[in-house]
Amino acid sequence: MTAIDLARWQFAFTMGFHIVFPVFSIGLASYLAVLNLLHLLRGNPVYLDLFDYWKKIFAIAFGMGVVSGIVMSYQFGTNWSVYSDKVGPILGPLMGYEVLSAFFLEAGFLGVMLFGRARVGPGLHAFATLMVAFGTFISAFWILAANSWMQTPAGYAINEAGQFVPKDWLEVIFNPSFPYRLVHMVLAAYLTTAFVVGAVGALHLLRDSKDAASRVMFSMAMGMATLVAPLQIAAGDAHGLNTLQYQPAKIAALEGDFETRAPAPLIVFGLPNMETHRTDYALEIPYLGSLILTHSLEGEIKGLNSFPPGERPYSPLIFWSFRLMVGLGLAMAGLGVWSLWLRVKGRLYESVWLRRAAVLMGPSGFLAVLAGWVTTEVGRQPYTVYGLLRTADSVSPIAAPAVGASLIAFVIVYFAVFGAGLFYILRLMNSPPGAEPALPGPLRAAVVNSADAPLEGGAL
Amino acid sequence: MTLDLPFVWAGLIAFAVLAYVMLDGFDLGVGVLFPFVPEEGLRDDMMNSVAPVWDGNETWLVLGGGGLFAVFPLAYSVIMPALYAPIIGMLLGLTFRGVAFEYRWKTKRGQFFWDWAFAGGSAVAGFFQGVALGALVQGVPVVGRAYSGGWWDWLTPFSLLTGTALIVGYALLGSTWLIYKAEGDLQERAFAFARRSGLATFALIGAVSIWTPFLKGAYMTRWLGWPQILYTALVPLMVLAMAYALYLGLRDRAPLRPFLAALGLFALSYIGIAISFYPYIVPNSITIWEAAAPHASLAFLLVGASVLIPMVLAYTAYSYWVFRGKVNAHAGGYH
Repeated sequence: MTAIDLARWQFAFTMGFHIVFPVFSIGLASYLAVLNLLHLLRGNPVYLDLFDYWKKIFAIAFGMGVVSGIVMSYQFGTNWSVYSDKVGPILGPLMGYEVLSAFFLEAGFLGVMLFGRARVGPGLHAFATLMVAFGTFISAFWILAANSWMQTPAGYAINEAGQFVPKDWLEVIFNPSFPYRLVHMVLAAYLTTAFVVGAVGALHLLRDSKDAASRVMFSMAMGMATLVAPLQIAAGDAHGLNTLQYQPAKIAALEGDFETRAPAPLIVFGLPNMETHRTDYALEIPYLGSLILTHSLEGEIKGLNSFPPGERPYSPLIFWSFRLMVGLGLAMAGLGVWSLWLRVKGRLYESVWLRRAAVLMGPSGFLAVLAGWVTTEVGRQPYTVYGLLRTADSVSPIAAPAVGASLIAFVIVYFAVFGAGLFYILRLMNSPPGAEPALPGPLRAAVVNSADAPLEGGAL
Repeated sequence: MTLDLPFVWAGLIAFAVLAYVMLDGFDLGVGVLFPFVPEEGLRDDMMNSVAPVWDGNETWLVLGGGGLFAVFPLAYSVIMPALYAPIIGMLLGLTFRGVAFEYRWKTKRGQFFWDWAFAGGSAVAGFFQGVALGALVQGVPVVGRAYSGGWWDWLTPFSLLTGTALIVGYALLGSTWLIYKAEGDLQERAFAFARRSGLATFALIGAVSIWTPFLKGAYMTRWLGWPQILYTALVPLMVLAMAYALYLGLRDRAPLRPFLAALGLFALSYIGIAISFYPYIVPNSITIWEAAAPHASLAFLLVGASVLIPMVLAYTAYSYWVFRGKVNAHAGGYH
């Protein structure tokens, strides 16, 4: 493999690991804020039990997000230095704003949220939790502005050194795909978290269908699925139309159609072949492609063959990643409708099959996010800045052995470190809410839960 | 009058990196000292003394790196490939010690492993940060807009010395922090660690300072040329005064003064490095003004920074205030 292949694998690998943590912490921080506020307003201790339960899981996920995120902020420079030099004047300030307005906010109030309830009291503690949640959202705002600018660059000029330089910051930030991507991603974060919370609630209801805390989280999660999954489908549809307008080659590749057709069918399954320029074994539904993408029966959709061979994203991958994402989204919406039907009939806590399905769907959000991320990023190829800067012209002047060695190191370390983290998270999830987690042997750690401990040691 | 934005930003980035070194320095230092405190209960206290603040401390590193990317993209794109291996090593070290804060409490059987991940990760991260600094001071060759040196250029006796110096310096910060935060047995040991690491830090600062002027003619004239030596000589004199303040603080068994003196030593050493660098951001290759992003980028981020950095400092101070006082089991973690 060449240095650029290795650098791409390294980015895909480290990013693929990283992306799941912020998605989970965006959703979970908001959930914790809601639980905290509900406890403050209603005084029902079950909300505080749930808060303490999910707080421990959040702490692990957030820690993994922090360490894998620091890697990302330096990897631009180590492996993609030419890209960094050229886009730094535009993307750098966006990320600078992310650090200043989001990362510090999260980090500054995280300590209070995790450790400080007894020290600051319930009101300020709820405020700290809100600030952490707000920080995760601001972070999403800036990083998606940056990511969207790479997809649909706007508001820039190019200087004599070949750098992209800002002309209009509002156009840079609110570039054409940004609003769609932001909504789609934040909803994805909420859905992902809702399905994790729902699966944990369902798991404990399968063991004890009367457990109050499990009922609360299961009901909240199913409610989110009912409300948000259909919204997400609508947001995804709008995002797709936006992509068709600005990145038609990506749409052609994920539709898996090489021919330009009007009316265009929807290819449900098939094997796109980049060499023969045709999709083998295609199973088509007439008119549906036009209907989805042009919202009319006869609309024309450009096929991959209408783009020069060097401009085509790799269809065999994103054809399938796109279908995986959409399929999971539909399944999520289906579960939401099912739970709504049972809720209306007053049997939300009675169906064993709903619980089993919810457990099964627990990781579905993560899979959908990864599939969607692969679709949009591979669909941007062969460019880093769409239409303007090729991936091949972005890479550092690095030697393959250096990139290869660091890639191997990342693979080993990430599987070990994040594998352990996943194990600890699953073990916490396996213990019921309201109970101290079962550990092999007594932990003599600081078990003191801050919630009820008297405030002392305040002197300097 | 117009602001010299590249100069202002060089100051802000320098501030962010100094804030990182001083703040994450003490929590990395606590990790470096872990192997010398075998008792589990004392290790609990050590980790709890930094657990609420380490994440905020490390965010300054992201600001340093992200800020460089934003306002000096050319420097970022030259320095990162030049320091490829030390950067990767630092990141992997930070990964291990960062997750250890949570994982350590989640397992009995595997606790020793995460204790070592915390200690080893902290030491490795500190070492490679020092190596990276040393490699930068040596100078980085540039052709056009890219790094033109080899993959092992960073590895020299000088960079190994600066790497060692930073680990030891972090141990000093960590031990003086523990003097401030701990009581009883742990504080006793922290005093002992501080005496030893203080002496070693002082010696290593001396070694690096004496070596630096001989690396490059430019450093020699900068430090020893006439008449600027009248000013530059102030730095070593103040280092001597600060070292004496550290000695007095330790002798008087003062709780806070040793920590402040250790921070002072770091700040002074850092000013010394800045004197060597200026006006270059990549020593002897790229100046601050050559590396700067266009005015529109610098101005846009400066507007936000001038509002947000004071806010960050305010709530960071608040967070330290919330967790003031001695660390003990009652004020400890939630785990």
